[in-house]
Amino acid sequence: MTQWIDVCSFDDLEPNSGVCALVNNQQVAIFYFPNEDKIFAIGNYDPIGKANVLSRGMVGDIKGEPVVASPLYKQHFSLRSGQCLEQDDQVPCYSVRLYDGRVQLAEPT
Amino acid sequence: MSVKKTLVVIGNGMVGQNFLETLVTSSAYADYQVVTFCEEPRVAYDRVHLSEFFSGKSADDLSLVESGFFDKNNITLHLGDRALRIDRDNKQVVSQKGEKIAYDKVVIASGSYPFVPPMPGHDREGCLVYRTIEDLEAITKAAKNAKTGAVVGGGLLGLEAAKALTDLGLDTHVVEFAPRLMAVQLDEGGAAMLRSKIEALGVTIHTSKNTQKIVDGEHARHKMCFADGEELETDLILFSAGIRPRDDIAQESFLEIGQRGGIVIDNQCLTSDPDIYAIGECALWNNQIFGLVAPGYQMARTVVAQLEEKEAAFLGADMSTKLKLMGVDVASIGDAHAKTQGALIYTYQDGSSEIYKRIVVSADKKNLLGAVLVGDSSGYGTLLQYCLNGIELPENPDALILPSRSDESVGLGPDALPASAQICSCHDVSKGQVCEAITAGYQDIGALKSETKAATGCGGCTALLKSVLDCELDKLGFEVNTDICEHFPHTRQDLYNLVMVDEIKTFDELLTSHGRGRGCEVCRQAVGSILASYWNEYVLEKQHLGVQDTNDVYLANMQKDGTYSIVPRVTGGEISPDMLIALGEVGKKYGLYTKITGGQRIDLFGAQINQLPAIWDELIVAGFESGHAYGKSLRTVKSCVGSTWCRFGIDDSVSLAIELENRYKGLRAPHKIKMAVSGCTRECAEAQGKDIGVIATEHGWNLYVCGNGGMKPRHADLFATNLDKETLIKYIDRVLIFYVRTADRLQRTSVWMENMEGGLDYLKSVVIDDRLNICTQLEQQMDYVIETYQCEWKTTLESPEHLKRFRHFVNSDQLDEGVVFVEERGQVRPANEQEREQLVTFRPMEDA
Repeated sequence: MTQWIDVCSFDDLEPNSGVCALVNNQQVAIFYFPNEDKIFAIGNYDPIGKANVLSRGMVGDIKGEPVVASPLYKQHFSLRSGQCLEQDDQVPCYSVRLYDGRVQLAEPT
Repeated sequence: MSVKKTLVVIGNGMVGQNFLETLVTSSAYADYQVVTFCEEPRVAYDRVHLSEFFSGKSADDLSLVESGFFDKNNITLHLGDRALRIDRDNKQVVSQKGEKIAYDKVVIASGSYPFVPPMPGHDREGCLVYRTIEDLEAITKAAKNAKTGAVVGGGLLGLEAAKALTDLGLDTHVVEFAPRLMAVQLDEGGAAMLRSKIEALGVTIHTSKNTQKIVDGEHARHKMCFADGEELETDLILFSAGIRPRDDIAQESFLEIGQRGGIVIDNQCLTSDPDIYAIGECALWNNQIFGLVAPGYQMARTVVAQLEEKEAAFLGADMSTKLKLMGVDVASIGDAHAKTQGALIYTYQDGSSEIYKRIVVSADKKNLLGAVLVGDSSGYGTLLQYCLNGIELPENPDALILPSRSDESVGLGPDALPASAQICSCHDVSKGQVCEAITAGYQDIGALKSETKAATGCGGCTALLKSVLDCELDKLGFEVNTDICEHFPHTRQDLYNLVMVDEIKTFDELLTSHGRGRGCEVCRQAVGSILASYWNEYVLEKQHLGVQDTNDVYLANMQKDGTYSIVPRVTGGEISPDMLIALGEVGKKYGLYTKITGGQRIDLFGAQINQLPAIWDELIVAGFESGHAYGKSLRTVKSCVGSTWCRFGIDDSVSLAIELENRYKGLRAPHKIKMAVSGCTRECAEAQGKDIGVIATEHGWNLYVCGNGGMKPRHADLFATNLDKETLIKYIDRVLIFYVRTADRLQRTSVWMENMEGGLDYLKSVVIDDRLNICTQLEQQMDYVIETYQCEWKTTLESPEHLKRFRHFVNSDQLDEGVVFVEERGQVRPANEQEREQLVTFRPMEDA
């Protein structure tokens, strides 16, 4: 049974961009794609730039895979897996859902 | 180890210097101690572009010697001293100042001197020659009291000299002995076309004129009397009737001299003494003197190869030339006069566009022997390759010069050239060498130029080099794909045009109508920049948020630890004590690291997102506004203190810098733009290393464009001289918007210029002559950007909705605990990894 954690209001999200939330003392980057009505969440810590910045990167896709580009050195991280596309690094990836106007998150399994 | 031998190089002109540069990169360099004599008071400079001295270039601009070259390479330079003779018995070079240098080898590169016909009156005051910078200074001085000037000689150099006189504002005449201009290079038809084009520029041409004497004039200083009884009155006379080899040192040294002058050399460039070489215009090979630099460079390479004990020979040189004379394209290839037996001639003449083309082909119509082009020399590269490489001509050779009426291209594709084909004649770079460099990874035109040196001499082969590059990349399997990314099958320039034509205002609109997928950081950044340049809306509006890059998205510069730095605008670098104090107080209050930037501003480091609004609130109250240091936009206009305070200042550089900065602040562009204004030619603001540089002169402002410091420094190009402020601003407006419209993504103006077909001349023709008929549009666009300027921080602070974003966590007021500072020299800095491990108890999740 998935434990959903209440994070923020849907209105706190930024379209085609990211925000950072503090969830169980961990920094999570949450991205919202209004055109396809999708929300993704991955860890905010950039393991290559070594700073809490991924929520501030630009989003998009590489060959269909939704990604965020690190604002520091522009490596791409998959929003569906947290995998870095350029090198062998991975960040945590969270399930996320919209529930009654609230954004909710599940710990990575 | 053996003792080094001594090599004496006599003459530091273009060829002498080229020899030294070739030598120091060769294996022979280790064997020789090099001593060089330079008779002139300055080291080698570019004589080919001498006339640019009159359009604003200084002697320094024309210099060909990198500063420190002689010291760095341990070459002893005797400047302002002339080698008089070579004492071959004692193996010593003796100089005018009494130096005696023992030598093992000597290279004579003494060049040539202008021929002055020995007519009575040729040595009157105000009768000058055109060869050295001292000559130019004398011409400038003489021109001050002159209204008219006459050039004796209608050859290549004579017309260059005529350009100099027109630049000096004189009513200019050209007096030529032969019945036509450029008799060596051009046939009658070509010369006639050239004449009519030059006459249209206001220069009077007199051909078939044999000047017999020069006497006192009645209305002007001199009167030239011609053999046909006619006369010409003029205040200044320039002799440019050909060159003569400087062979006096060879005469003094008893070396063999040709009947009509010139130091006789063999295929190894050796004179009659096996230890003495001669190269360049002083040398006579096979009874020929070569009055161009390329053959001189070829001789220099031949001698360096001998010193390396390699086989090499100089076997003559192609004398084909392509140049712009007074703005007219002129080119001559090979046997332009059809002297070859049985040669056939094809001619094309277009009276309305004033274009003349002629090709000379072999009797069997298989080979191109020569060509003349006037008014349009775009076919030069192709024709030269046909000629030099003996490539078989198409069935109808006239197709090479007839305007193409269909899409069919008759140009010679680079693929058809053999590897031995010479692409760059100035530096003797073959297609094979270019291809090798491309394979080795030098795959853009700039890298290719610096690697191979091709197209860095006269630049005439740039277009050909580019086409070889494209063709080879294609063959190597690189699709020459100019699409900006996988989401748009368009270049940045295409996207800009789409935004303009379809009046597109958001990224989503553009993606829906012309792209696919979700976009990415490449196209989003590019489109964000285009929209901001064109519509100039507030960049943090919801619909634009997703296209703002790292720094723009929080209107501050992200540093390595995710904190931000803040750079308020300090226009022109002028700041009052009160403003300085205000900055200091903000820095102190928020614990920021402060540093002076390269652009005369102050950078405050170490702010977290949450702190940005409060910091800016205080800065705006103190009178600051956004410095746009976070944007790909105008950064700063640096200035020296100028005539207001400086003892040497010519004009008020600070006021102009402030005016320019206030005019262009907020203008977003493909990349950042830096400017500077210097109040005199001492150039303390370093304007020639900026995208836009302005330098005060006695008569106005000189405008420089497309310079760069940074990773790949580029000296800016002199764009226009002695402008009044109104014209200056008009030109800058146009250059900037043209850059914004046409540059690639993240392309600085320097690279934009390097890649621009037609280069500086093309940019001038667009901006000054309005050849694309767009200048009004460019100015309107700039006016719009200026009218819609806003301080983005002021706008942000006025809107609670936008301020809401400025927090690290969307669900907490905490700061980012991953940010850790330590103290250094009394200020904060980000902790390094070791320090963090000691200091941080909370660790950001790494493997959650």
